[in-house]
Amino acid sequence: MDRLQDTVGAMEKIIDSDREAKHPSAWEYVLRSRKAGRPGAKTFIDLICDSFMELHGDRVYGDDPAMIGGIGIVDGRAVTFIGNRKGANLKENVLCNYGMSNPEGYRKALRLAKQAEKFSRPIVCFIDTPGAYPGVGAEERGIGEAIARNLKVFSTLNVPILVFIIGEGGSGGALGIGVGDKLYMLESAVYSVITPEGFASILLRDPSRAREAAEAMKMTSRHLKEFKVIHDIIEEGSAEETALRIKKIIIRDLDVLCAKPVNHLVRYRIRKIRGIGEVANLKAWWRPLLEVFAKTETLR
Amino acid sequence: MVEQCPSCHGEATLDSLKVCPLCGHYFPLTIAERIALVADEGSFVEMAEELRSGNPIHLEGYEEKLRENQKKSSLADAAMIGRCTIDGRRAILGIMSFAFMGGSMGSVVGEKITQAILEGALSGDPVVLFTASGGARMQEGIFSLMQMAKTASAAALLEETHTPLFLVLTNPTTGGVTASFAMLGDVILAEPGAIIGFAGPRVIEGTIGERLPKGFQRSEFQLEKGFVDAIVERAELKKTLRFLIDTHRRGR
Repeated sequence: MDRLQDTVGAMEKIIDSDREAKHPSAWEYVLRSRKAGRPGAKTFIDLICDSFMELHGDRVYGDDPAMIGGIGIVDGRAVTFIGNRKGANLKENVLCNYGMSNPEGYRKALRLAKQAEKFSRPIVCFIDTPGAYPGVGAEERGIGEAIARNLKVFSTLNVPILVFIIGEGGSGGALGIGVGDKLYMLESAVYSVITPEGFASILLRDPSRAREAAEAMKMTSRHLKEFKVIHDIIEEGSAEETALRIKKIIIRDLDVLCAKPVNHLVRYRIRKIRGIGEVANLKAWWRPLLEVFAKTETLR
Repeated sequence: MVEQCPSCHGEATLDSLKVCPLCGHYFPLTIAERIALVADEGSFVEMAEELRSGNPIHLEGYEEKLRENQKKSSLADAAMIGRCTIDGRRAILGIMSFAFMGGSMGSVVGEKITQAILEGALSGDPVVLFTASGGARMQEGIFSLMQMAKTASAAALLEETHTPLFLVLTNPTTGGVTASFAMLGDVILAEPGAIIGFAGPRVIEGTIGERLPKGFQRSEFQLEKGFVDAIVERAELKKTLRFLIDTHRRGR
């Protein structure tokens, strides 16, 4: 009898580990996405670029270390990089508010995006943030306005924008640098409207049920691909291996997108954003959009 | 109608503006009352009334929650859009209701706001949006987050057609609605005393442990910080909108 139980126990272990190998739980992905030592935006930028120059400041109030921005050379092409920065050690973590940006971060991103547009330079964004910084100062300086403006301007920006979610994709703070032509996620990255802890405490009325919330929220790369919110999932290896995969995608996509007429690029981007949502009884939503496109074309 | 004022706790006899005569507190208005406040009588024609929420992330209990709220509020979802005239001037109206799931923005709210804005872009008629929202509708997961991008991109197209977008922020306007179309008006008005912000006061106190200054995130605070053009009393709102519509006609 003991023996049988042992066998059953061992079998269950195998089944469990097998299941885990295929699809770790959503909570496991949440933990992986937040893990200290996970490569961040700066690590990928350095591995992908032949050279990189960081640019600072929003020209309004200050420079937000939680948002990195600058120009890099990728395979001979100048690219503007924008990304969240959590910091590589405790001292940097504190300096960067653990990757939570103030309005200055979003305004720096906006400034660099407009600069990129002016010089027809494509943009690559790396998302890795629990969310925008929920502080008094952030509110006083208009964190809502800063994110809103980015969503509006990025949606019609006249250069290709590639977005990679490399760790935590937390809410509006992630979306603030997340509007683009192509959206990719690293396999164990997550993307959601609120943290599982927040979801648990508000909807399940119990913050300790975060694990359960993560499952219900469908926030893993696999779910987001199923929902067609992202284009593809990037398998993870060592930082170097992952960076190389990202680099190949950047080169491939920019070759295609940079060759497209700019108005096609923007229309395609808007059409994609416009189509997201699940609404019953919705008919031919694209028709008015095409009419608006025709109208804006004649106004140009 | 006599009601107890939640602000001064006095017994207030309210007229159609629903402002406490004792302390000036603004009671929430229903969508029908808002329409009556700004639209010419009988001019409002609803658009996209047939739209209904799905359950995009198959969340247990969401459908029941929707049905409960539909029953309780007699609304299909947390926003209504339509055409109307304001003192004879054509306009597109979009009105949110906090009474329906805290005015949260899911696919239907995002779709309606987007349709209202695009209708403005096509017709050239000004778009007037009233916000009242706790933010994105978490029950729709990532789809609710994407409504922020959707409404903001519609606002970008509206701008290209040089058609005005006017916002009236009412209590409360927070989260994903603040961080999208609510902050994108050519002119942003607010009702007195409304809470307007991104992170809620409890989130700020809870996560960061910062003490909140007096009057934090109220309309008056946002006016002082530069995020609201004007605070407008309900009694003056129709006249103000008429002025804005008349002064935002291109080339006239």
